[in-house]
Amino acid sequence: MTKITFVQPSGVEATVEATSGLSLMEAALHNGVEGILAECNGAAACATCHVVLPKAVYDRLDAPEDHEEDMLDFTEAERQPCSRLSCQVRVSDDMDGMVVHIPGE
Amino acid sequence: MKTVVMIGAGQASLSCAAKLRAKGFDGEIILIGDEPKLPYQRPPLSKAYLLGKVEAERLLLRPQSWYEQQQIRLVTATKVMRIDRNNKAVELSDGRVQPYDALVLATGSAARNLPQSMTRSMSGIHTIRDLNDIENLRPELDVARHMVVIGGGYIGLEMAAVAKGLGLEVDVIEAAPNILGRVASKETADYILELHQDQGVTFRVGEQVKELSGDGKIESVVLGNGEAIPTDIVVAGIGAMPRVELAEQAGLEVANGILVNAFGQTSDPDIYAIGDCACYRLQTGDVRLESVGNAIDTGELVAGNILGEEMMYEPKPWFWSDQFDMKLQIAGQISTQDRITVRDVEGEGRSHWYHRDGQLVAVDALNAPRAYLIGRKMVLNGLSPTGEQLANCNQSLKEIFDSL
Ligand SMILES: Cc1cc2nc3c(=O)[nH]c(=O)nc-3n(C[C@H](O)[C@H](O)[C@H](O)COP(=O)(O)OP(=O)(O)OC[C@H]3O[C@@H](n4cnc5c(N)ncnc54)[C@H](O)[C@@H]3O)c2cc1C
Ligand code: FES
Repeated sequence: MTKITFVQPSGVEATVEATSGLSLMEAALHNGVEGILAECNGAAACATCHVVLPKAVYDRLDAPEDHEEDMLDFTEAERQPCSRLSCQVRVSDDMDGMVVHIPGE
Repeated sequence: MKTVVMIGAGQASLSCAAKLRAKGFDGEIILIGDEPKLPYQRPPLSKAYLLGKVEAERLLLRPQSWYEQQQIRLVTATKVMRIDRNNKAVELSDGRVQPYDALVLATGSAARNLPQSMTRSMSGIHTIRDLNDIENLRPELDVARHMVVIGGGYIGLEMAAVAKGLGLEVDVIEAAPNILGRVASKETADYILELHQDQGVTFRVGEQVKELSGDGKIESVVLGNGEAIPTDIVVAGIGAMPRVELAEQAGLEVANGILVNAFGQTSDPDIYAIGDCACYRLQTGDVRLESVGNAIDTGELVAGNILGEEMMYEPKPWFWSDQFDMKLQIAGQISTQDRITVRDVEGEGRSHWYHRDGQLVAVDALNAPRAYLIGRKMVLNGLSPTGEQLANCNQSLKEIFDSL
């Protein structure tokens, strides 16, 4: 189990136990974290699962694929340097303790 | 309000239940569904799931633990047989009676079947709506060499792409003059047709199916022109029908779906309808959509209205489809009179833009995620670049957007 903290735009935090291998989006939804709508349930079709990762984690991951890259340019909340679509990021053990921000509109 | 009961445990009722809790409702929430599984997503069924790209567990919208945590009671493998409006209760297939204060109909839609006179209960003939359909199809797919898809709609075309990806020979038969006739423009349909043809899918467009032939098991599909296409599997993708039986029996008004007002209420104010089964009667006309987005939006709307918010439905249609390596994303809704602008820009993908009375109303993005997201923003906010602006390849979409 990997502990991940999601921070709402309001600053409210929720720490959840995420299962490695699932997506970050699933970790949030499965644990009732609000703010990640994930309307397409992970099909990379909606861009409503936007999160901002810590730089160290962002740098460690493979770069987003072109499709995600393009979607990130026009998410509701403006893209930040470490923005990702959370449905495209798989939880791994080395993310334990990570703090993820959900950007506000 | 103490007890909210929902009939059907799918995308719409899940969204409604989750929203009720998110809004602080602390009464009882009970979802009653006739399928054995926890609520799951249907879109992957005709897409990545059969290719083994999505594990069964990941189809689930939420894990079991979530329902416990949210105190949402989920009754699976149980059908609602009757609504007793006088006593405000529903009768279940196991004989139990469940009272409600508010009732939400979220019964979805059912795949339209080929007529029994044509199928004669032969094996090898399928429709795609639920997991059970896929489990029936999968073992046949493993050994089949040829699939005929009847109906060139989204589900049929997605199945064709999946079957091709699995190495089958695939024919698609469409009776209308174009594939995707009711749901896409000719330009978009032609583009998708070409994509399939490039991948080796064969099309018979404008052809009727006259007969299915075989002895206990499908052997060939005979067309109106007499041609017989030998096949091991037939998938019928000829549309879906809203499941209105319960509502009808209960004397609720039914049109093309369970009729509700802009608040999602049926002709009985304590009974609501959401998702595929519901037909929203709005000032602008009747709206019945079959999409995940609509299931979520109407589910969430009704959650608020059960709590007294009195919000009216404003449809924000959007849809996606995956076929081969193409992701189609659609925002807005087209009609046959719309003026279309094709935009094809290196690095941006291809997109089709629709204007009605000078106003941008929809966009089809074909491997063009930027066009989809920008187009959706424009349509929802009433921003309207001209066709000429959009056709101009020297301006990026961002520049066009920023200039509005
Ligand atoms: C193969 C396929 C691919 C799709 N692809 C896309 C896509 O790419 N994008 C998109 O936006 N949409 C897609 N859709 C449409 C989308 O899945 C539906 O619009 C959505 O599931 C509707 O949700 P719902 O809750 O209204 O209905 P459903 O998800 O159908 O749920 C209704 C549930 O109610 C149950 N039920 C019915 N009557 C009773 C009763 N009397 N008692 C108990 N239970 C009952 C049904 O068995 C079902 O489980 C696709 C659909 C299919 C079938
Ligand atoms: S959930 Fe839709 S893009 Fe991530």
